[in-house]
Amino acid sequence: MADTFWVEVVAADRSLWEGAASQVLATTTEGQIGILAHHIPLISPLDAGLVEVTAADGQRHMFIADGGFVSVQATRVAVIAPYAQWVKDIDVEEARRSLMDAQSKRDAGDNSVETQQQYRRAQAQVKAAELHTA
Amino acid sequence: MPATLRELRERNRSVRATQKITRAMELIAASRITKAQQAAQSAFPYTRELNRAVAAVAAYSDVRHPLLTETDNPRRSAILLITSDRGLAGAYSSNVIKMAERLTQTLYDEKREVLTYITGRKGISHYQYRNRPIAGSWNGFSDKPEHTQSDIIADTLIEKFLTPYEQGGVDEIQVVYTRFESMLLQEPRVRRVLPLHVVKGDQTGELMPLYIFEPDAESVLDKLLPLYVRNRIHFYLMQSAASELASKQKAMKSATDNAQSLIESLTRQANQARQAQITQEITEIVGGTAALTEKDE
Repeated sequence: MADTFWVEVVAADRSLWEGAASQVLATTTEGQIGILAHHIPLISPLDAGLVEVTAADGQRHMFIADGGFVSVQATRVAVIAPYAQWVKDIDVEEARRSLMDAQSKRDAGDNSVETQQQYRRAQAQVKAAELHTA
Repeated sequence: MPATLRELRERNRSVRATQKITRAMELIAASRITKAQQAAQSAFPYTRELNRAVAAVAAYSDVRHPLLTETDNPRRSAILLITSDRGLAGAYSSNVIKMAERLTQTLYDEKREVLTYITGRKGISHYQYRNRPIAGSWNGFSDKPEHTQSDIIADTLIEKFLTPYEQGGVDEIQVVYTRFESMLLQEPRVRRVLPLHVVKGDQTGELMPLYIFEPDAESVLDKLLPLYVRNRIHFYLMQSAASELASKQKAMKSATDNAQSLIESLTRQANQARQAQITQEITEIVGGTAALTEKDE
């Protein structure tokens, strides 16, 4: 069995999940990274996207995070994000509406940071939720 | 002439009504404070991880970052004053306002300009009433701060800090808030948020591993430090909210107690007045009969 390490997935207002895991997949600004045990210590910013943790018991936990970090240390990995949530808790309809809303705002020429963020986040939510239900 | 029986009973009723209100407010504050404490508790892991990451980056990189850079000779400071939206919380707001005023004076003495940012209606009206300039203000969330609001405040302050002095920017930013020590003790405090002063190394004394930063230390800091500042501001807002609720609970409790002793003394006076009235009536009757019998004889 693969070596395990301690993983924490933390949102700004609560801790989402904590436990021993064998693998973490995260979406950083540089692209997808996979973290296994004995990974070199690393800090990297996250992009809006999926974070997948394979727990020591083989169960896969899926989260969506935006704007935070993944921090890898010798025996523990922390995913810290001001916004993070369980993929299973995503309201797909709500996310789609938000995405359409952001899209129409963008089409109307609104290029503000908020709209960009809403678009990115909603897109990641919809994608993750569809992947989850598929 | 002592108050009449009817007046005393009237006052007694009104004090009782007030007491019901203050007791209700006390209970509301007490239940909210539990919620505030839970919120603080659940926000703790995020704060801890964020602090750890900041310490790690600071410890192993010599990158200079504008948010970390001290100005040799600060000429303009900004103060963020955190007060409550509502009164009836004892001296909560006035204590923290006094602290801010002392700080402002000290900064003036050092020949600095001071910009004041305020959250909470009490602070805003205090400054407006005295015709003092307010650089920016927010209200409506003093007892239940949300991230959306604290992010807006933090981003405003960061932007102001990054603006050069010549274009109206500030050289440092201080926060005046009320630290929640315990249910019985809340103290106004001054903390500097910008430029950031990062403590190198972990408080626990554990050795920091040699991190690699992806893509590089600079861009990691660019993302990490604003998050850190936002989190600090949120933390101060939450501390202040807990303090506000604790002060409110304390103030309402003593109001309820005062009402109770007022009720007791009013009841006593009313009883006395009633006795006096009865005695007087008896005296009148006895006097009346005595006069009648005297006449008969």
